[in-house]
Amino acid sequence: MRFDTPATTNPIDQLKIIGKPTDRIDGPLKTTGAAPYAYERHDVVPNQAYGHVVGAAIAKGRITSMDLAAARRAPGVLAIVTAENAGRLAKGNLNTATLLGGPEIEHYHQAIAVVVAESFEQARAAAQLIRVDYVRAAGRFDLAAVKDSGRPAPLFSGPADTAVGDFADAFAAAPVQLDATYTTPDQAHAMMEPHASIAAWDGDRLTLWTSNQMIDWTTGELAKTLGIAKEKVRLISPFIGGGFGGKLFLRADALLAALGARAAGRPVKVALPRPLMFNNTTHRPATIQRLRIGATREGRITAIGHESWSGDLPGGKPEAAVQQTRLLYAGANRLTTTRLAELDLAEGNAMRAPGEAPGLMALEIAIDEMAEKLGLDPIEFRILNDTKVDPEKPDRPFSQRNLTQCLRLGAERFGWSRRSARPGQHREGRWLLGMGVAAAYRGAPVETSGARIRLDGSGMVTVETDMTDIGTGSYTIIGQTAAEMMGVPLDKVVVRLGDSSFPVSAGSGGQWGANSATAGVYAACVKLREAVAQKLGFNAAEVVFADGEVRSGNRRVPLAEAAGESGLLAEDRMEYGDLDKRYQQGTFAAQFIEAGVDAATGEIRVRRMLSVCDAGRILNPKTARSQVIGGMTMGVGAALMEELVVDKRLGFFVNHDLAGYEVPVHADIPHQEVIFLDEADPTTSPMKAKGVAELGICGIGAAVANAIHNATGLRVRDYPITLDKLLDRLPAVG
Amino acid sequence: MRPFTYERARSPAEAVAAATRTPGARFIAGGTNLLDLMKLEIEAPAHLIDVNGLALDSIETTPEGGLRIGALVRNTDLAADARVRRDYVLLSRALLAGASGQLRNRATTAGNLLQRTRCPYFYDTNMPCNKRQPGSGCAAIGGFSRQHAVLGTSEACIATHPSDMAVAMRALDAVVETVRADGAARSIPIAEFHRLPGDSPQMETVLAPGELITAVTLPRPVGGRQIYRKVRDRASYAFALVSVGAIIQRDGSGRVALGGVAHKPWRVEAAEAELPRGAKAVADRLLAGARPTQENAFKLPLVERTLGAVLAEARGG
Repeated sequence: MRFDTPATTNPIDQLKIIGKPTDRIDGPLKTTGAAPYAYERHDVVPNQAYGHVVGAAIAKGRITSMDLAAARRAPGVLAIVTAENAGRLAKGNLNTATLLGGPEIEHYHQAIAVVVAESFEQARAAAQLIRVDYVRAAGRFDLAAVKDSGRPAPLFSGPADTAVGDFADAFAAAPVQLDATYTTPDQAHAMMEPHASIAAWDGDRLTLWTSNQMIDWTTGELAKTLGIAKEKVRLISPFIGGGFGGKLFLRADALLAALGARAAGRPVKVALPRPLMFNNTTHRPATIQRLRIGATREGRITAIGHESWSGDLPGGKPEAAVQQTRLLYAGANRLTTTRLAELDLAEGNAMRAPGEAPGLMALEIAIDEMAEKLGLDPIEFRILNDTKVDPEKPDRPFSQRNLTQCLRLGAERFGWSRRSARPGQHREGRWLLGMGVAAAYRGAPVETSGARIRLDGSGMVTVETDMTDIGTGSYTIIGQTAAEMMGVPLDKVVVRLGDSSFPVSAGSGGQWGANSATAGVYAACVKLREAVAQKLGFNAAEVVFADGEVRSGNRRVPLAEAAGESGLLAEDRMEYGDLDKRYQQGTFAAQFIEAGVDAATGEIRVRRMLSVCDAGRILNPKTARSQVIGGMTMGVGAALMEELVVDKRLGFFVNHDLAGYEVPVHADIPHQEVIFLDEADPTTSPMKAKGVAELGICGIGAAVANAIHNATGLRVRDYPITLDKLLDRLPAVG
Repeated sequence: MRPFTYERARSPAEAVAAATRTPGARFIAGGTNLLDLMKLEIEAPAHLIDVNGLALDSIETTPEGGLRIGALVRNTDLAADARVRRDYVLLSRALLAGASGQLRNRATTAGNLLQRTRCPYFYDTNMPCNKRQPGSGCAAIGGFSRQHAVLGTSEACIATHPSDMAVAMRALDAVVETVRADGAARSIPIAEFHRLPGDSPQMETVLAPGELITAVTLPRPVGGRQIYRKVRDRASYAFALVSVGAIIQRDGSGRVALGGVAHKPWRVEAAEAELPRGAKAVADRLLAGARPTQENAFKLPLVERTLGAVLAEARGG
């Protein structure tokens, strides 16, 4: 099915099942521990052995010798795979560094061996017996030091540099100006479940039970890396304990399980140990961002410029921190530049809202600073510069954009009127209190997505697609879609996900999953409805599916009967025309924070949070809310504590475990509220939905920063905002 | 983790005898720190002596009117004990500021005193660390040192002792009771129990090989306002950037101990004489000779400011 004109009325609009805050259908499995995660698939194949990964001890250089003798002799050891004996390996299109390093070492903790043994403990003990000699090479580890060597680098879509009007002249002529530089640190996905895989070979066919967001990508990448046909590889990933972009790609666990299983001649499971994950896998790259904004005295932006620098391994990609600045505010003269320098740290890649999350952390402080210079309320300043069209292409409208409504409604609900425009005015006991706001923007991309749907003689509807559920609620909204389309209750639908033998879906990433995957299911359901109608001799255009029946005129046939004993099967996918070119499709939010800063110690604690979201039709308000509050929580982490600390001498992220890399705990997140505007966007798909999973993080970092400023009068432009950055400017104690 | 042998001891005498018999043996109680270190091969004992069955898990009143806390009393139980909450609330508050509920349920009184530093370079066996591998160097000096010590450091080591409980014990003048390999008991004032790193940072306490902690005793209650203030980036489940344990009497006199600043809980009795002159005067004495790194220099004003807040709170009622 092709979607190339805006949707009209369709069965989803009934909203009997879609749009309801249904509990997750996989919830009971998860809360009872019955949902099997990759490393726990003890039952799928017998005789599993254990692989333990060895990471490089240096950041850059060369292995001069590896002594495997002691490890080989260790109890229970079955095989040791290194680059030397692994055979020829290609590199996946989506990997920057090789997944099995040696003799060249590209980054710290790059995998250099996997030891396979009868037990996990034996594999780990033997791995620690491997002796490796290295020659270190000089590396580049300090973004600030190398940023000026950065080269123009294109974003996901779009050029490295953009220019509209004459930024330089307009900025110079602007009566009110801001020129400020902000930094965001490297960050880790830090999801609960580590990367983990079980590999089993059957002749030349490989089955991999794994934890991956993108089944089709990773099936192809694994096949390419191993030099075998994609058809020979099957990936199974029904449950995923968090990903946030960290599991978009083929990683070392999967490749080393496959290589280990081949070498040992039996199934092998590999999980990345937590201390290895931070330097072995991908992370969100650090940025340095310069914002220049010029405005009239009345507060109209006349010039807006955003320049960003980030680093990656040679051949890598930039952090696309400027992309939202092209779209968020009006202004005739605009400029963005993106520069990428080479660094020898682990590879950077996508993490929840890549680009926008760090980009808005900078932009939305800058907007707050401009409002302050102009003497305007930061909400009013944003509303004054709102736009209904793509500011670079004024003839191209946003499909929907209700940012002003989000800001107004949020202000009312949050009690914004109680905020003092002058900072440092509210004190409650030891706490200096302040409120901050930021706008959030994230694109609403759609991707081709397919599904297969079967109706059986008992009236059960089974959906199969390689879509993944990374904790987001995919199972549930896909089930709701099929139930709505086929006119059955949700408990008559079985959803099966995350298997490469199922039709290729959009997968989970870029907040495209919910809308794209359900639209694919919609397409398959339309086909199945046609098959049912045809079989019954009904006119497909008039047929109604409701209450487990197929109805046409005064004829009614139970769906089970229509399916017949052999059942009916339909498969289709949703493909897209150019609506995303004709319209700028995005999601918007206004995000509010109340924070307290301890007047003595500078400790910062968030008190209340609110997000008002404009994100198309909300398929399930409960799962959508969970996504938004998860994003908000991660935004607080980004604002206040998350930082992969680079040792610039030795070239690695030092705090590489969950004791050192702090993420918020329950006590940091006292109160969260989410409001969704009641919207449906007919340009995005027949579902009229968008995504929310990344929107929730986008504005929170800056909103926290702005709340801290409102509480204390102190502006911190380097994240995370920790107490040591406030301490010397806080009022005297006592 | 290296393979190891294991036995359960039934009495303190049996435990120390086993430790004497087996070089490289370690006692294990809660295991909340040791097991993690063994998995990473930071610790690689050849033999573990499980002391959980030693019946050292009661809290008793001493003839002097203090408390004798068995070495195996779990942190949760110690924090919840009615006598501790009434008479030594500083200790209860410090315990509850540390770790998580699950860890406190396992962790013991003696084990808490013996926990090792959380320096990230200590935890990464690819990195030089004089504490883990004497003579290999210190990667934290000149590296990421925001959490590290500012007082009592050496050229060999700038690690901190991570315990909250020990800070309270130091302010309360606790005494560590042990039994040595030869069966002799001794009492070690908490002030003398932990060592500064010097040129042998691998030696963290004055315990002799095979010496077993049997109890920690507290003197008679001293009363006063008892405040434990732990400062950290997130609200829970994080080690202190700095912590202040204070006991302040009505007349303004009192005691102050610090956490997060040194290789041991930090207390300078002479500084306490400055209490009537306020936080700055006390902090100046407490922090005399501090040698912070660029990354942790903030701990000096942070100590003074935190102490100021604690003293204000104490005055406030």
